[in-house]
Amino acid sequence: MNYGIVSQEQLEQIDTILSSKLIKLGVDCVIIIDMAGNIITAKDNGESKYDVYSFAALAAGNFATVDAMAKLVGEAEFSLLFHKGQESNIHFSKIDDELLLISMFGKDISLGFLRLNVVEAIEQIRKVWEGSKD
Amino acid sequence: MSFINLKDKVVQVKIVYYGPGRCGKTTNLEYINRKFRSQIQSEMVSLKTHGDRTLFFDFLPFDMGKIKGYDIKIQLYTVPGQVKYNATRKLVLKGVDGVVFVADAMEKQREKNIRSLNQLHENLQAYKESIFKLPLVIQYNKVDLKEHGVPILPTAVLRKDLNSRLKVPDFEASAITGYNVAATLKKIISSTVVSMQKKLL
Ligand SMILES: Nc1nc2c(ncn2[C@@H]2O[C@H](COP(=O)(O)OP(=O)(O)OP(=O)(O)O)[C@@H](O)[C@H]2O)c(=O)[nH]1
Ligand SMILES: [Mg+2]
Repeated sequence: MNYGIVSQEQLEQIDTILSSKLIKLGVDCVIIIDMAGNIITAKDNGESKYDVYSFAALAAGNFATVDAMAKLVGEAEFSLLFHKGQESNIHFSKIDDELLLISMFGKDISLGFLRLNVVEAIEQIRKVWEGSKD
Repeated sequence: MSFINLKDKVVQVKIVYYGPGRCGKTTNLEYINRKFRSQIQSEMVSLKTHGDRTLFFDFLPFDMGKIKGYDIKIQLYTVPGQVKYNATRKLVLKGVDGVVFVADAMEKQREKNIRSLNQLHENLQAYKESIFKLPLVIQYNKVDLKEHGVPILPTAVLRKDLNSRLKVPDFEASAITGYNVAATLKKIISSTVVSMQKKLL
């Protein structure tokens, strides 16, 4: 299967992972995007109202910028990208060279706890993704 | 590459307005944003400097309705045209499905148009895309200036400079009055959707 097309089955599996690993913990909104700013899937707790399309375009730009800066200073990448606010936080994590997982969460979740769960979710998502490639 | 979601039946298409500094890319999107307000759910996002020059990109998502049961979501972007911003221009081109090259018809911009088009060619190559294969439409913008006595290049000259090898659809336009802005947009959308359908089959 070509990258750029995900099957219904894959998306359902990914959505289940996002729900059980992240939304259940209290994460407000999780989005998977590609590096071009397309949305692969978005899940939220039913309350948040983000403009996910604009968000994806900005997030891809933001990630690409930081990545380009890393290369300029001779780093392969900056592995952690995290924006902290008063009420909400945004955490970026690379799934692979093409995909990003973005979590938006409030102040009742600690970064460490979130990261742990993001890592697990990403491992599972990679399996779904790779399973489809062959 | 456009992204196709088989579950929700959504296709996202990325179209980039490219061209030299101050040629009118942002003005094109602003006109589309006003004119097609009813098809646009969100606000236009503009990352710009204090002097209203594009710093990173403008972004305007646009609903096309359905084709073969798929919801077509067009994502319009502009690049920053200033010479010094090539690194960011490249980033915006990532995953592009179709390009509108906006040329500035003012006589004094002749060289800049050519240089910008050449750089588009190089930037696409960095993504293993070819300017000869990617859906492309060329717009000769600012033709309204003729009425104001500003020297502008005849379209035949612009064509010879920019479109003699590419031979893609092209339009005279005025982003400020809206002349041929929608025609340009429709053409790039149809070329892009046709090329995507080919890839899908
Ligand atoms: N007369 C005339 N002026 C135009 C036209 N299109 C754009 N302009 C003007 O040209 C200037 C630059 O336009 P922008 O749309 O900001 O140009 P841009 O290509 O986005 O420039 P960068 O963001 O720096 O790359 C503005 O003052 C516009 O009002 C046009 O069709 N006719
Ligand atoms: Mg601009």
